[in-house]
Amino acid sequence: MSTAIQIAYLVASILFITGIKLLGKTKDARRGNMLSAIGMLIAIIATLLTINLLSYVEIFVCILIGGAIGLFYATKVAMTKIPEMVALFNGFGGLASFAVALSDYFQKSSATGVSLDAVNLTSIIISVLIGGVTFTGSMIAFLKLDGKISGQPITFKGQHPLNLLLLIAFVVTSVLVFLNPGNLVFIGVLIGISLLLGILTVIPIGGADMPVVISLLNSYSGMAACATGFILNNNVLIVAGSLVGASGIILTQIMCKAMNRSLTNVLLGGFGQTVATG
Amino acid sequence: MTVSALLILIYVLVLASYLGFELISKVPPTLHTPLMSGSNAISGITIVGALIACNEMGYTSMAKWLGMFALILASINVVGGYAVTDRMLKMFKKK
Repeated sequence: MSTAIQIAYLVASILFITGIKLLGKTKDARRGNMLSAIGMLIAIIATLLTINLLSYVEIFVCILIGGAIGLFYATKVAMTKIPEMVALFNGFGGLASFAVALSDYFQKSSATGVSLDAVNLTSIIISVLIGGVTFTGSMIAFLKLDGKISGQPITFKGQHPLNLLLLIAFVVTSVLVFLNPGNLVFIGVLIGISLLLGILTVIPIGGADMPVVISLLNSYSGMAACATGFILNNNVLIVAGSLVGASGIILTQIMCKAMNRSLTNVLLGGFGQTVATG
Repeated sequence: MTVSALLILIYVLVLASYLGFELISKVPPTLHTPLMSGSNAISGITIVGALIACNEMGYTSMAKWLGMFALILASINVVGGYAVTDRMLKMFKKK
Protein backbone atom coordinates (compact mmCIF):
# COMPACT_ATOMS: atom_id res chain seq x y z
CA MET A 1 0.00 0.00 0.00
CA SER A 2 2.62 2.48 1.08
CA THR A 3 4.78 1.67 -1.96
CA ALA A 4 1.86 2.37 -4.30
CA ILE A 5 1.39 5.78 -2.68
CA GLN A 6 5.08 6.60 -3.07
CA ILE A 7 4.87 5.64 -6.76
CA ALA A 8 1.80 7.88 -7.16
CA TYR A 9 3.75 10.77 -5.59
CA LEU A 10 6.63 10.06 -7.95
CA VAL A 11 4.30 10.18 -10.97
CA ALA A 12 2.82 13.45 -9.67
CA SER A 13 6.31 14.94 -9.27
CA ILE A 14 7.24 13.99 -12.85
CA LEU A 15 4.01 15.58 -14.12
CA PHE A 16 4.81 18.82 -12.23
CA ILE A 17 8.32 18.94 -13.70
CA THR A 18 7.06 18.31 -17.25
CA GLY A 19 4.23 20.78 -16.68
CA ILE A 20 6.54 23.64 -15.69
CA LYS A 21 8.86 22.85 -18.60
CA LEU A 22 5.99 22.98 -21.12
CA LEU A 23 4.49 26.13 -19.59
CA GLY A 24 7.56 27.99 -20.83
CA LYS A 25 6.86 27.11 -24.47
CA THR A 26 4.13 28.91 -26.40
CA LYS A 27 2.95 25.86 -28.35
CA ASP A 28 2.75 23.42 -25.43
CA ALA A 29 1.83 25.73 -22.56
CA ARG A 30 -1.80 24.71 -22.29
CA ARG A 31 -0.93 21.01 -22.32
CA GLY A 32 1.71 21.67 -19.66
CA ASN A 33 -0.85 23.25 -17.39
CA MET A 34 -3.16 20.28 -17.94
CA LEU A 35 -0.41 17.79 -17.10
CA SER A 36 0.43 19.55 -13.85
CA ALA A 37 -3.29 19.63 -12.95
CA ILE A 38 -3.43 15.86 -13.46
CA GLY A 39 -0.35 15.54 -11.24
CA MET A 40 -2.15 17.51 -8.53
CA LEU A 41 -5.22 15.28 -8.79
CA ILE A 42 -3.05 12.16 -8.48
CA ALA A 43 -1.30 13.60 -5.41
CA ILE A 44 -4.63 14.43 -3.75
CA ILE A 45 -6.18 11.02 -4.44
CA ALA A 46 -3.03 9.21 -3.31
CA THR A 47 -3.06 11.18 -0.06
CA LEU A 48 -6.72 10.41 0.56
CA LEU A 49 -5.96 6.71 0.07
CA THR A 50 -2.95 6.74 2.41
CA ILE A 51 -4.55 8.31 5.42
CA ASN A 52 -7.01 6.41 7.49
CA LEU A 53 -9.92 8.70 6.64
CA LEU A 54 -11.53 9.92 9.85
CA SER A 55 -13.30 13.01 8.64
CA TYR A 56 -14.21 12.52 5.00
CA VAL A 57 -17.37 14.64 5.30
CA GLU A 58 -15.41 17.70 6.43
CA ILE A 59 -12.69 17.06 3.85
CA PHE A 60 -15.26 16.76 1.07
CA VAL A 61 -17.13 19.89 2.18
CA CYS A 62 -13.96 21.98 2.52
CA ILE A 63 -12.69 20.98 -0.93
CA LEU A 64 -16.12 21.70 -2.40
CA ILE A 65 -16.32 25.16 -0.82
CA GLY A 66 -12.76 26.10 -1.78
CA GLY A 67 -13.03 24.62 -5.26
CA ALA A 68 -16.32 26.42 -5.96
CA ILE A 69 -14.92 29.78 -4.81
CA GLY A 70 -11.76 29.29 -6.88
CA LEU A 71 -13.62 28.19 -9.99
CA PHE A 72 -16.16 31.00 -9.69
CA TYR A 73 -13.57 33.76 -9.51
CA ALA A 74 -11.29 32.16 -12.10
CA THR A 75 -14.07 32.07 -14.69
CA LYS A 76 -15.79 35.34 -13.79
CA VAL A 77 -12.83 37.69 -13.42
CA ALA A 78 -12.16 40.17 -16.26
CA MET A 79 -9.08 39.31 -18.32
CA THR A 80 -7.45 42.60 -17.36
CA LYS A 81 -7.78 41.74 -13.66
CA ILE A 82 -5.91 38.44 -13.89
CA PRO A 83 -2.65 39.61 -12.24
CA GLU A 84 -4.71 40.65 -9.18
CA MET A 85 -6.37 37.25 -9.18
CA VAL A 86 -3.01 35.46 -9.27
CA ALA A 87 -1.82 37.59 -6.33
CA LEU A 88 -4.94 36.69 -4.37
CA PHE A 89 -4.69 32.94 -5.07
CA ASN A 90 -1.00 33.04 -4.22
CA GLY A 91 -1.77 34.71 -0.89
CA PHE A 92 -4.28 31.97 -0.09
CA GLY A 93 -1.67 29.32 -0.89
CA GLY A 94 0.79 30.98 1.48
CA LEU A 95 -1.84 31.23 4.21
CA ALA A 96 -2.70 27.56 3.72
CA SER A 97 0.93 26.49 4.34
CA PHE A 98 1.02 28.79 7.34
CA ALA A 99 -2.16 27.18 8.74
CA VAL A 100 -0.89 23.63 8.09
CA ALA A 101 2.30 24.43 10.02
CA LEU A 102 0.34 25.83 12.96
CA SER A 103 -2.08 22.91 12.88
CA ASP A 104 0.85 20.53 13.18
CA TYR A 105 2.28 22.62 16.00
CA PHE A 106 -0.96 22.39 17.97
CA GLN A 107 -1.39 18.72 17.26
CA LYS A 108 2.09 17.78 18.44
CA SER A 109 2.41 20.18 21.31
CA SER A 110 -0.90 19.40 23.03
CA ALA A 111 -3.15 16.38 23.31
CA THR A 112 -1.24 13.68 21.52
CA GLY A 113 1.82 13.74 23.72
CA VAL A 114 4.10 13.53 20.70
CA SER A 115 6.91 15.93 21.36
CA LEU A 116 8.20 18.40 18.81
CA ASP A 117 11.76 17.66 17.71
CA ALA A 118 14.25 20.16 16.32
CA VAL A 119 13.37 19.39 12.68
CA ASN A 120 9.64 19.88 13.38
CA LEU A 121 10.19 23.16 15.18
CA THR A 122 12.57 24.56 12.56
CA SER A 123 10.21 23.66 9.70
CA ILE A 124 7.22 25.10 11.55
CA ILE A 125 9.04 28.38 12.21
CA ILE A 126 10.22 28.67 8.58
CA SER A 127 6.78 27.79 7.24
CA VAL A 128 5.10 30.38 9.49
CA LEU A 129 7.59 33.07 8.41
CA ILE A 130 7.46 32.45 4.66
CA GLY A 131 3.74 31.62 4.62
CA GLY A 132 2.90 34.75 6.63
CA VAL A 133 5.03 37.03 4.46
CA THR A 134 3.50 35.49 1.32
CA PHE A 135 -0.01 36.05 2.62
CA THR A 136 0.15 39.69 3.71
CA GLY A 137 2.59 40.59 0.91
CA SER A 138 0.22 39.16 -1.72
CA MET A 139 -2.75 40.92 -0.15
CA ILE A 140 -0.94 44.28 -0.36
CA ALA A 141 0.04 43.50 -3.97
CA PHE A 142 -3.59 42.65 -4.72
CA LEU A 143 -4.89 45.86 -3.09
CA LYS A 144 -2.31 47.98 -4.92
CA LEU A 145 -3.10 46.50 -8.33
CA ASP A 146 -6.81 46.75 -7.67
CA GLY A 147 -6.42 50.42 -6.75
CA LYS A 148 -7.91 49.90 -3.28
CA ILE A 149 -4.74 51.40 -1.86
CA SER A 150 -2.44 53.80 -3.64
CA GLY A 151 -0.14 52.25 -6.25
CA GLN A 152 2.47 54.82 -5.32
CA PRO A 153 5.46 53.56 -3.32
CA ILE A 154 4.76 54.18 0.36
CA THR A 155 8.03 54.93 2.09
CA PHE A 156 8.97 56.32 5.47
CA LYS A 157 12.19 57.09 7.27
CA GLY A 158 13.94 54.14 8.85
CA GLN A 159 12.07 51.55 6.79
CA HIS A 160 15.06 49.29 6.18
CA PRO A 161 16.36 49.47 9.78
CA LEU A 162 12.83 48.59 10.96
CA ASN A 163 12.71 45.53 8.69
CA LEU A 164 16.12 44.47 9.92
CA LEU A 165 15.03 44.94 13.53
CA LEU A 166 11.94 42.80 12.91
CA LEU A 167 14.09 40.06 11.38
CA ILE A 168 16.37 40.09 14.42
CA ALA A 169 13.32 39.99 16.70
CA PHE A 170 12.09 37.00 14.69
CA VAL A 171 15.36 35.12 15.18
CA VAL A 172 15.38 35.90 18.92
CA THR A 173 11.77 34.77 19.32
CA SER A 174 12.54 31.60 17.34
CA VAL A 175 15.26 30.76 19.87
CA LEU A 176 12.74 31.35 22.68
CA VAL A 177 10.30 28.99 20.95
CA PHE A 178 13.03 26.36 20.85
CA LEU A 179 13.61 26.78 24.58
CA ASN A 180 9.87 26.75 25.44
CA PRO A 181 8.09 24.84 22.66
CA GLY A 182 4.79 24.85 24.56
CA ASN A 183 4.60 28.60 25.10
CA LEU A 184 1.84 30.07 22.92
CA VAL A 185 2.94 33.67 23.49
CA PHE A 186 6.19 33.19 21.59
CA ILE A 187 4.40 31.48 18.70
CA GLY A 188 1.95 34.40 18.66
CA VAL A 189 4.81 36.89 18.43
CA LEU A 190 6.33 34.92 15.53
CA ILE A 191 2.98 35.04 13.72
CA GLY A 192 2.68 38.80 14.28
CA ILE A 193 6.20 39.57 13.04
CA SER A 194 5.74 37.41 9.91
CA LEU A 195 2.49 39.12 8.94
CA LEU A 196 3.97 42.58 9.56
CA LEU A 197 7.10 41.81 7.51
CA GLY A 198 4.96 40.87 4.51
CA ILE A 199 3.19 44.23 4.63
CA LEU A 200 6.39 46.22 5.16
CA THR A 201 8.30 44.58 2.31
CA VAL A 202 5.61 45.24 -0.30
CA ILE A 203 4.29 48.73 0.57
CA PRO A 204 7.47 50.55 -0.59
CA ILE A 205 7.11 49.08 -4.08
CA GLY A 206 5.26 50.93 -6.84
CA GLY A 207 2.16 49.50 -8.51
CA ALA A 208 3.82 49.19 -11.93
CA ASP A 209 6.40 46.80 -10.51
CA MET A 210 3.82 44.55 -8.86
CA PRO A 211 4.04 41.73 -11.45
CA VAL A 212 7.67 41.18 -10.46
CA VAL A 213 6.72 41.22 -6.78
CA ILE A 214 3.92 38.72 -7.35
CA SER A 215 6.36 36.44 -9.16
CA LEU A 216 8.73 36.66 -6.19
CA LEU A 217 5.90 36.00 -3.71
CA ASN A 218 4.89 33.04 -5.87
CA SER A 219 8.37 31.67 -5.38
CA TYR A 220 7.99 32.22 -1.62
CA SER A 221 4.72 30.29 -1.48
CA GLY A 222 6.54 27.38 -3.10
CA MET A 223 9.20 27.53 -0.40
CA ALA A 224 6.49 27.65 2.28
CA ALA A 225 4.93 24.48 0.83
CA CYS A 226 8.40 22.94 0.80
CA ALA A 227 8.88 23.73 4.50
CA THR A 228 5.52 22.09 5.17
CA GLY A 229 6.91 19.00 3.42
CA PHE A 230 9.67 18.82 6.02
CA ILE A 231 7.10 19.03 8.83
CA LEU A 232 5.07 16.15 7.40
CA ASN A 233 8.02 14.16 6.05
CA ASN A 234 6.43 14.22 2.60
CA ASN A 235 8.45 14.07 -0.63
CA VAL A 236 5.85 15.35 -3.07
CA LEU A 237 5.44 18.57 -1.07
CA ILE A 238 9.19 19.09 -1.08
CA VAL A 239 9.59 18.40 -4.81
CA ALA A 240 6.66 20.57 -5.94
CA GLY A 241 7.45 23.30 -3.40
CA SER A 242 11.13 23.61 -4.24
CA LEU A 243 10.42 23.43 -7.98
CA VAL A 244 8.10 26.42 -7.68
CA GLY A 245 10.50 28.14 -5.29
CA ALA A 246 13.48 27.83 -7.62
CA SER A 247 11.76 28.35 -10.96
CA GLY A 248 9.89 31.31 -9.44
CA ILE A 249 13.20 33.00 -8.61
CA ILE A 250 14.41 32.46 -12.19
CA LEU A 251 11.16 33.80 -13.63
CA THR A 252 11.43 36.83 -11.34
CA GLN A 253 14.94 37.40 -12.63
CA ILE A 254 13.80 37.11 -16.27
CA MET A 255 11.00 39.61 -15.60
CA CYS A 256 13.45 42.00 -13.91
CA LYS A 257 15.79 41.77 -16.87
CA ALA A 258 12.92 42.51 -19.26
CA MET A 259 12.32 45.70 -17.25
CA ASN A 260 16.03 46.46 -17.02
CA ARG A 261 16.31 46.17 -13.24
CA SER A 262 18.16 44.06 -10.73
CA LEU A 263 16.74 41.42 -8.44
CA THR A 264 18.65 42.84 -5.46
CA ASN A 265 16.58 45.98 -5.73
CA VAL A 266 13.37 43.98 -5.45
CA LEU A 267 14.64 41.95 -2.50
CA LEU A 268 15.63 45.11 -0.65
CA GLY A 269 12.20 46.60 -1.24
CA GLY A 270 13.71 49.73 -2.75
CA PHE A 271 12.36 48.88 -6.19
CA GLY A 272 9.67 51.54 -6.47
CA GLN A 273 12.00 54.40 -5.73
CA THR A 274 13.95 53.84 -8.93
CA VAL A 275 10.71 54.24 -10.82
CA ALA A 276 9.75 57.39 -8.97
CA THR A 277 13.01 59.13 -9.81
CA GLY A 278 13.41 57.72 -13.31
CA MET B 1 12.90 12.29 12.72
CA THR B 2 16.13 10.36 12.28
CA VAL B 3 19.17 12.00 10.74
CA SER B 4 19.15 9.67 7.72
CA ALA B 5 15.46 10.41 7.04
CA LEU B 6 16.22 14.12 7.21
CA LEU B 7 19.17 13.72 4.87
CA ILE B 8 16.99 12.03 2.24
CA LEU B 9 14.54 14.94 2.43
CA ILE B 10 17.44 17.38 2.02
CA TYR B 11 18.69 15.41 -1.02
CA VAL B 12 15.24 15.77 -2.57
CA LEU B 13 15.16 19.47 -1.75
CA VAL B 14 18.59 20.19 -3.26
CA LEU B 15 17.99 18.22 -6.45
CA ALA B 16 14.49 19.58 -7.04
CA SER B 17 15.66 23.15 -6.44
CA TYR B 18 18.51 22.70 -8.89
CA LEU B 19 16.07 21.29 -11.41
CA GLY B 20 13.78 24.28 -10.84
CA PHE B 21 16.65 26.67 -11.57
CA GLU B 22 17.56 24.84 -14.79
CA LEU B 23 14.01 24.17 -16.02
CA ILE B 24 13.27 27.71 -17.11
CA SER B 25 15.61 29.45 -19.48
CA LYS B 26 14.05 31.42 -22.31
CA VAL B 27 10.43 32.27 -21.71
CA PRO B 28 8.65 34.54 -24.21
CA PRO B 29 7.26 37.65 -22.41
CA THR B 30 3.65 36.72 -23.24
CA LEU B 31 4.08 33.56 -21.17
CA HIS B 32 5.41 35.30 -18.04
CA THR B 33 1.98 35.71 -16.42
CA PRO B 34 0.64 32.23 -17.35
CA LEU B 35 3.86 30.60 -16.12
CA MET B 36 3.61 32.50 -12.86
CA SER B 37 -0.05 31.55 -12.49
CA GLY B 38 0.58 27.91 -13.45
CA SER B 39 3.42 27.47 -10.98
CA ASN B 40 1.32 29.22 -8.36
CA ALA B 41 -1.27 26.49 -8.83
CA ILE B 42 1.48 23.90 -8.26
CA SER B 43 2.43 25.57 -4.98
CA GLY B 44 -1.13 24.68 -3.95
CA ILE B 45 0.39 21.20 -3.35
CA THR B 46 0.20 22.28 0.27
CA ILE B 47 -3.36 20.89 -0.09
CA VAL B 48 -1.77 17.50 0.62
CA GLY B 49 -0.57 18.87 3.96
CA ALA B 50 -4.01 20.35 4.63
CA LEU B 51 -5.69 16.99 3.97
CA ILE B 52 -3.44 15.31 6.51
CA ALA B 53 -3.88 18.17 9.00
CA CYS B 54 -7.67 18.07 9.10
CA ASN B 55 -8.00 14.30 9.24
CA GLU B 56 -9.02 14.12 12.88
CA MET B 57 -12.26 13.27 14.63
CA GLY B 58 -14.40 15.85 16.38
CA TYR B 59 -14.19 19.62 16.40
CA THR B 60 -12.52 20.27 19.70
CA SER B 61 -8.92 20.70 18.65
CA MET B 62 -7.31 23.80 17.25
CA ALA B 63 -5.32 21.55 14.91
CA LYS B 64 -8.49 20.34 13.20
CA TRP B 65 -9.93 23.84 12.69
CA LEU B 66 -6.65 25.13 11.27
CA GLY B 67 -6.48 22.11 8.98
CA MET B 68 -9.98 22.73 7.63
CA PHE B 69 -9.19 26.41 7.14
CA ALA B 70 -6.02 25.44 5.26
CA LEU B 71 -7.93 22.94 3.11
CA ILE B 72 -10.46 25.56 1.95
CA LEU B 73 -7.67 28.05 1.12
CA ALA B 74 -5.54 25.46 -0.65
CA SER B 75 -8.55 24.29 -2.69
CA ILE B 76 -9.17 27.88 -3.83
CA ASN B 77 -5.50 28.12 -4.79
CA VAL B 78 -5.43 24.83 -6.70
CA VAL B 79 -8.77 24.98 -8.54
CA GLY B 80 -8.69 28.74 -9.17
CA GLY B 81 -5.02 28.66 -10.16
CA TYR B 82 -5.36 25.95 -12.79
CA ALA B 83 -8.65 27.34 -14.12
CA VAL B 84 -7.36 30.89 -14.53
CA THR B 85 -4.13 29.67 -16.17
CA ASP B 86 -6.10 27.58 -18.64
CA ARG B 87 -8.33 30.53 -19.43
CA MET B 88 -5.33 32.73 -20.15
CA LEU B 89 -3.67 30.13 -22.38
CA LYS B 90 -6.91 29.51 -24.25
CA MET B 91 -6.92 33.22 -25.17
CA PHE B 92 -3.44 32.98 -26.67
CA LYS B 93 -4.47 30.12 -28.91
CA LYS B 94 -7.24 32.15 -30.53
CA LYS B 95 -4.90 34.95 -31.57
